[in-house]
Amino acid sequence: MSLFDFTLGLGDDALVAAQRLGEWTSRAPEMEEDVALANIALDQLGAARLLLTYAGELEGAGRDEDDLAYLRDDREFRNCLLVELPNGDFGVTMAKLFFLAAYQSPLYTALAGCADERLAAVGAKARKESAYHLDHAALWVKRLGDGTDESHRRMQDAVDQVWPYVHELFVPDPAAPVDPATLRADFDATVAAVLDEATLTRPETSWTPGGGRDGVHTEHLSYLLAEMQVLHRAHPGANW
Amino acid sequence: MYGNDFAPPEDGPGGGLLGEVEAAEAALREAAARARRAGPAPDEDVEAYFADVIGADQKIEPRDWMPEAYRRTLIRQIAQHAHSEIIGMQPEGNWISRAPSLKRKAILLAKVQDEAGHGLYLYAAAETLGISRDELVDLLLDGRQKYSSIFNYPTLTWADVGAIGWLVDGAAIVNQVPLCRCSYGPYARAMIRVCKEESFHQRQGYEILHTLAHGTPAQKAMAQDALDRWWYPSLAMFGPPDGDSTHSAQSMAWKIKRFSNDDLRQRFVDMCVGQAEVLGLTIPDPDLRWNDERQAYDYTQPDYAELMRVIKGDGPCNRERMTHRRRAHTDGAWVREAAAAYAAKRADRKKEKVAA
Repeated sequence: MSLFDFTLGLGDDALVAAQRLGEWTSRAPEMEEDVALANIALDQLGAARLLLTYAGELEGAGRDEDDLAYLRDDREFRNCLLVELPNGDFGVTMAKLFFLAAYQSPLYTALAGCADERLAAVGAKARKESAYHLDHAALWVKRLGDGTDESHRRMQDAVDQVWPYVHELFVPDPAAPVDPATLRADFDATVAAVLDEATLTRPETSWTPGGGRDGVHTEHLSYLLAEMQVLHRAHPGANW
Repeated sequence: MYGNDFAPPEDGPGGGLLGEVEAAEAALREAAARARRAGPAPDEDVEAYFADVIGADQKIEPRDWMPEAYRRTLIRQIAQHAHSEIIGMQPEGNWISRAPSLKRKAILLAKVQDEAGHGLYLYAAAETLGISRDELVDLLLDGRQKYSSIFNYPTLTWADVGAIGWLVDGAAIVNQVPLCRCSYGPYARAMIRVCKEESFHQRQGYEILHTLAHGTPAQKAMAQDALDRWWYPSLAMFGPPDGDSTHSAQSMAWKIKRFSNDDLRQRFVDMCVGQAEVLGLTIPDPDLRWNDERQAYDYTQPDYAELMRVIKGDGPCNRERMTHRRRAHTDGAWVREAAAAYAAKRADRKKEKVAA
């Protein structure tokens, strides 16, 4: 995978995650959580803007962050499937966020020390934010897992539903600035500790959906993009 | 840090009002420095003491005696303000997913997040008066307390996000700047913080409209259409005309309210006219003109019958807004119950540890 594809993939992860988290606005289970989810969405969006801007420069075809966000179709997006899955209930959203943050946190930390200066700068900024996302999501996974019978059932369902999609995050790419496969041990340790404390289990499954990094997505992404891009595309060339 | 990453237009709105917020803050510090009497003298009754504090332009604090009607008025007003922040997240949140650039998306997300924060902050101010947030939320969900009726209008286009920032936040600031000098300390302090953030929002909204008004013909038409639809509902935000306003006189005497509805409305109109000219947009009022004698603009009053209909529940979006709020509350019940159960288990385990 080229540096452009790698950067684009991380930028798309962050952008699509931000889009999904933004859907929660004014719908959270409590007001404090409305603030927290918007905050995390803003962090993801901020990282997405830096990464997409850099990807555009690497490509050298004059595309800026908005060209890349608004004028590509779903087959050209390189995000993992995990982030594009619908929000579901609050348990599913927290399962998605927890697994994403448990991946992004060591990823950004490793990037902060990589040879590419621009990616290192993004990593240095985003790793602090990501550590907070991980904390926040882990706390909710524990609260819901070890809360009431209903919340335990819902949280276990959420983990079962989302778990297969984590496989794609760690597909080896030895040429990348950070090989995703090297992050797996860290991820597994974080996840095991939190799920144990939450009285939750990981499902036994051999199903490993993937394809996002090659632009082969779930049916959900096209709808997400249709909504995100509709206004921008309705006014070609306009400034906002 | 989000949201204000562009230079504000020199002649943009917010500057003068922000200055007034700062003056109110200085006055608040100054009043606090003039050591307030520690409490009523032994031979002085509490009512006289209360009147004395108000008269000296000092602040009533949560532990002070206050007339029951003063307390009730403040609870109603602060709660209504808090509810407005929470319901107000909906019309603007409506455009987060479709914001036309990533920068605008970030600014809008940050703004709606601020509103949730203002809601929390105001509920906390109301709680100092001896009512809980849960009770207040129930009053909103049962329809026994109101929120600003402006949020019962729909955001149909992206330009509406700009119009809400410029006009609705602008009207809110004109309303709220005097509240920075309100006699109730926690509310005055909350308003200082809220007004500072609102003035950023207003500037951002104005900037959205400025960009649209100087963009393509379709963008300019979108901006004009938004102004056409939001102008009169924004004027109506100041409430009924002075003659029909039920709470005004007593609130003025208590220094909860400092200017009449009509005074504030006039001030808002006078502020907007020049700003609309800079935008190159037309305020939809053929009778709008400068009155040299009054040193103010003559303008057409909003349709107060419409305002009353919307307040009573028959605006375009009342039902949707309440359904949305109730659904979020109901859908989140299992999460709140889980958090409470988890906290209780943790407390029990800690106790067991201590006992062992």
